[in-house]
Amino acid sequence: MVYAARVMLDSFDALLLARIQFAFTVSFHFIFPAFSIGLASYLAVLEALWLKTGKSHYLDLFKYWLKIFAIAFAMGVVSGIVMSYQFGTNWSVFSDKAGPVIGPLLAYEVLTAFFLEAGFLGVMLFGLNKVGKKLHFMATLMVAGGTFVSAFWILSVNSWMQTPVGYVMGESGQFLPGESWWDIVFNPSFPYRLLHTVTAAYLTTAFVVGGVGAWHLLKDRGNQHARTMFSMAMWMAAIVAPWQIFAGDMHGLNTLEHQPVKVMAMEGHYESHPDGAPLVLFGIPNDDEQRMDYAVEIPKASSLILKHDLNAPLAGLDTVPDADQPPVGPVFWAFRIMVAIGFAMMGLGVWSLLARMRGKLYDWQWLHRAAIVMGPSGFVAVIAGWMVTEIGRQPFTVYGLLRTAQSASPLDAPAVGASLLAFIVIYFAVFGAGTLYILHLMKSAPHAGEKGVKRTERGPVRTAGITPGPTQNPGSGEPLPEDKGDVR
Amino acid sequence: MNVDLTVIWAFIIAFGVFGYVVMDGFDLGIGILFPGFKVGSERDQAMNSIAPVWDGNETWLVLGGGGLLAAFPLAYAIILPATYPLVIAMLLGLVFRGVAFEFRWRNPQHRAFWDMAFSGGSLVAALSQGMMLGAILQGIEVVDRAYAGSWWDWLTPYTLLTGLGVVAGYALLGSTWLVWKTEGEAQARAYRLAFRAAFATLALMAAVSLYTPFLETQYWERWFTMPNVLFAAQVPLLTAIIAFLLLRGLVKKQEVAPFLYALALFLLGMAGLGLSIFPYVVPDAVTIWDAAAPERSQIFMLVGVAITMPLIIGYTGWAYWVFRGKVGDEGYH
Ligand code: HDD
Ligand code: HEM
Ligand code: HEM
Repeated sequence: MVYAARVMLDSFDALLLARIQFAFTVSFHFIFPAFSIGLASYLAVLEALWLKTGKSHYLDLFKYWLKIFAIAFAMGVVSGIVMSYQFGTNWSVFSDKAGPVIGPLLAYEVLTAFFLEAGFLGVMLFGLNKVGKKLHFMATLMVAGGTFVSAFWILSVNSWMQTPVGYVMGESGQFLPGESWWDIVFNPSFPYRLLHTVTAAYLTTAFVVGGVGAWHLLKDRGNQHARTMFSMAMWMAAIVAPWQIFAGDMHGLNTLEHQPVKVMAMEGHYESHPDGAPLVLFGIPNDDEQRMDYAVEIPKASSLILKHDLNAPLAGLDTVPDADQPPVGPVFWAFRIMVAIGFAMMGLGVWSLLARMRGKLYDWQWLHRAAIVMGPSGFVAVIAGWMVTEIGRQPFTVYGLLRTAQSASPLDAPAVGASLLAFIVIYFAVFGAGTLYILHLMKSAPHAGEKGVKRTERGPVRTAGITPGPTQNPGSGEPLPEDKGDVR
Repeated sequence: MNVDLTVIWAFIIAFGVFGYVVMDGFDLGIGILFPGFKVGSERDQAMNSIAPVWDGNETWLVLGGGGLLAAFPLAYAIILPATYPLVIAMLLGLVFRGVAFEFRWRNPQHRAFWDMAFSGGSLVAALSQGMMLGAILQGIEVVDRAYAGSWWDWLTPYTLLTGLGVVAGYALLGSTWLVWKTEGEAQARAYRLAFRAAFATLALMAAVSLYTPFLETQYWERWFTMPNVLFAAQVPLLTAIIAFLLLRGLVKKQEVAPFLYALALFLLGMAGLGLSIFPYVVPDAVTIWDAAAPERSQIFMLVGVAITMPLIIGYTGWAYWVFRGKVGDEGYH
């Protein structure tokens, strides 16, 4: 008995630790793609503008963001490699069972996306003077295209886990591909998730670019580079943020169709409402008592949003067995954070349109300050969105079919605990340093004749022309004065 | 039908692993040897010679992992938990050395640290990979489609030996690559390092080859019973010839050939490996047919590989071509 209890406790611990480890590593990983998907496209746009207009300040901006991209991309790659092995190390039963379906999709991701990105990255970073403008532009396009293709496949995998279709069950409980791969790849939630996530990446990048532009505008209103960045970013905010809200709404309706329990958690509906469900604006979810404490509600509004009918009935968690319910708190809160940010983003976009109409886009300092504050907001929204998606589908890994508890590897808790600890310490240290380097680069203003590389501090010998970015003068945040020698 | 496809997939995975080992092998090797190079121009040259290509090289590792999951999900699901601490160590090693490419240029005051991260990370990754190889060869305890051992089973003298063998082999690849890509003092140093790495590699290869047949009767039979021995004996024979050519090439200061000989050594090592364990993926427990994904998955992926692999090899080759020639410490202009 005691032994059995200990074994159960141990395996529970290992499971919990494995879940924390997955959530931690994937959240960290996704921060970088969210930025690099958008930034790769932004770089392609900048280079295209430069090639088309011949205006050098587009090239300056290109080089400025290229240095930042190189760092973000490197962090995306190394944290992504970790992810591709996490399935085997920590979720081996899941891998055995779902491998025949998701494995090929992941393999396609490697073949069509990762090789493409990686193969052309070297030329994109270091090759402008070696291959000429046209080929270089092609390399940039390939990298940008690769990030999109990568998102396509990985989101297809994830969506299949949320809305599994097109499979047959094998003897040893494996999911085997059925008649058509098309059904599997384009499973019901995939188009919505792809749209919403890629748009999220664009918005995330736009707000970073806008924040950096605003920062330099506050320091020098006349800075032409900062003006261009800020204006481009504010167009994105004004156009894409409303679109994202619309896409999110469609996504939610799709979720209501296929994963209604997740929507109950998002909305905080513990009880069923046969004639019109209220929209819970705020409240404190109480899973134990299965009710919402201190709820602030708008009567019937939830039915209006979800069913476009004030009196439409909506089922609540009281119709779902306890064992099949996700924890409501994190889903409920993460959803509100994401939506709030979505509306704040749209707000900033509208504000910028007003400023633009009055010809004050580069003068309204409060607008610039707000843009700086909103600079990192995309990252928060993106992580919050994934928390909604992933926690909301618990307790399953393959929705409704394979439980998280039955997906984990047969590992001892100490093994998982030790590796989790190592991940936490090392990720914070390494990616923390990377983030500081990026912030440092952002601190110096983009300027005319932006250099690919600076002379290093080590005296007269020119070293390492290969690096795409400057070695900075530590402390001052300014490039070294005797800067010369463009690598490209 | 499925039989043939499964064998094809075994070869594709082997190809992927080989692609990984030779391509990331030389840049991990450069990392391992990094402390042997003088701070400044020598180190910068070494780094410059791989900076444009390391990401592509590492993608082969993702292909190996992803391909294994796709084509042999059961093998993936058994081997990774069985070598858990090694996999985690490898991944973390790769984190350090991957970011070092960018980070070391960002702040001169931190450069010494990121240089250390670069070589330490490379060493840990190489050692873990070698030990994983040993752990697979020495056998894994399997019950009911799952790993059934404890989390330290992989640690034995044999795995230490294979780990060191891979470290030495990567160092050989790295040093011969640098012989090719650098000039002046850096090249002179690369020659010296290549010599040492070659001796270490050959010694460890011999030791592993002698140890392995005693691990499993199957290995013994493959290598030492008639008529297998007639076939198997070609591998050590060829190895001896290549080893001779390699050392001679280094003495004669050939620039490109040593790297190619080092590649050939790895190819022979892989051949010997395949000879030992085929048709098992987990020796004595799981064959490639036990582990194989269903035919429908295999065909779907085969189409993808057939279409994309030539393209991948094409544009990867192009990227290498763009950055051909000696790197110099002036970088690319
Ligand atoms: C919507 C996009 C997206 C999502 C949800 C994920 N990734 Fe990712 N991943 C990318 C988008 C991306 C990218 C944009 O393609 C990256 C980011 C930076 C980069 O180098 O490529 C990348 C890099 C990247 C790499 C390195 C590729 C290389 O060597 O070049 C691997 C192995 C993975 N990812 C694997 C995963 C796994 C196993 C995930 C889920 C558990 C995952 N990614 C989630
Ligand atoms: C990159 C964006 C993603 C983020 C931020 C994210 C976040 C999370 C979080 C927070 C959890 C923990 C849920 C919980 O245990 O309560 C989780 C679980 C999980 N996710 Fe995702 N996820 C992402 C993408 C993916 C993708 C693309 C896949 C599949 C290919 C995936 C597969 C899984 C699996 C297998 C679990 C179950 C393990 C668990 O419950 O912890 N995730 N994810
Ligand atoms: C009012 C605005 C928004 C609404 C109504 C909305 C709606 C949703 C819904 C319903 C989901 C969960 C879907 C599911 O798991 O089934 C989701 C997920 C997500 N959201 Fe939003 N969202 C909004 C704004 C944003 C913003 C501004 C961002 C980022 C910039 C964002 C990023 C994400 C991401 C990355 C996910 C996870 C991936 C996915 O399932 O698509 N969302 N969103």
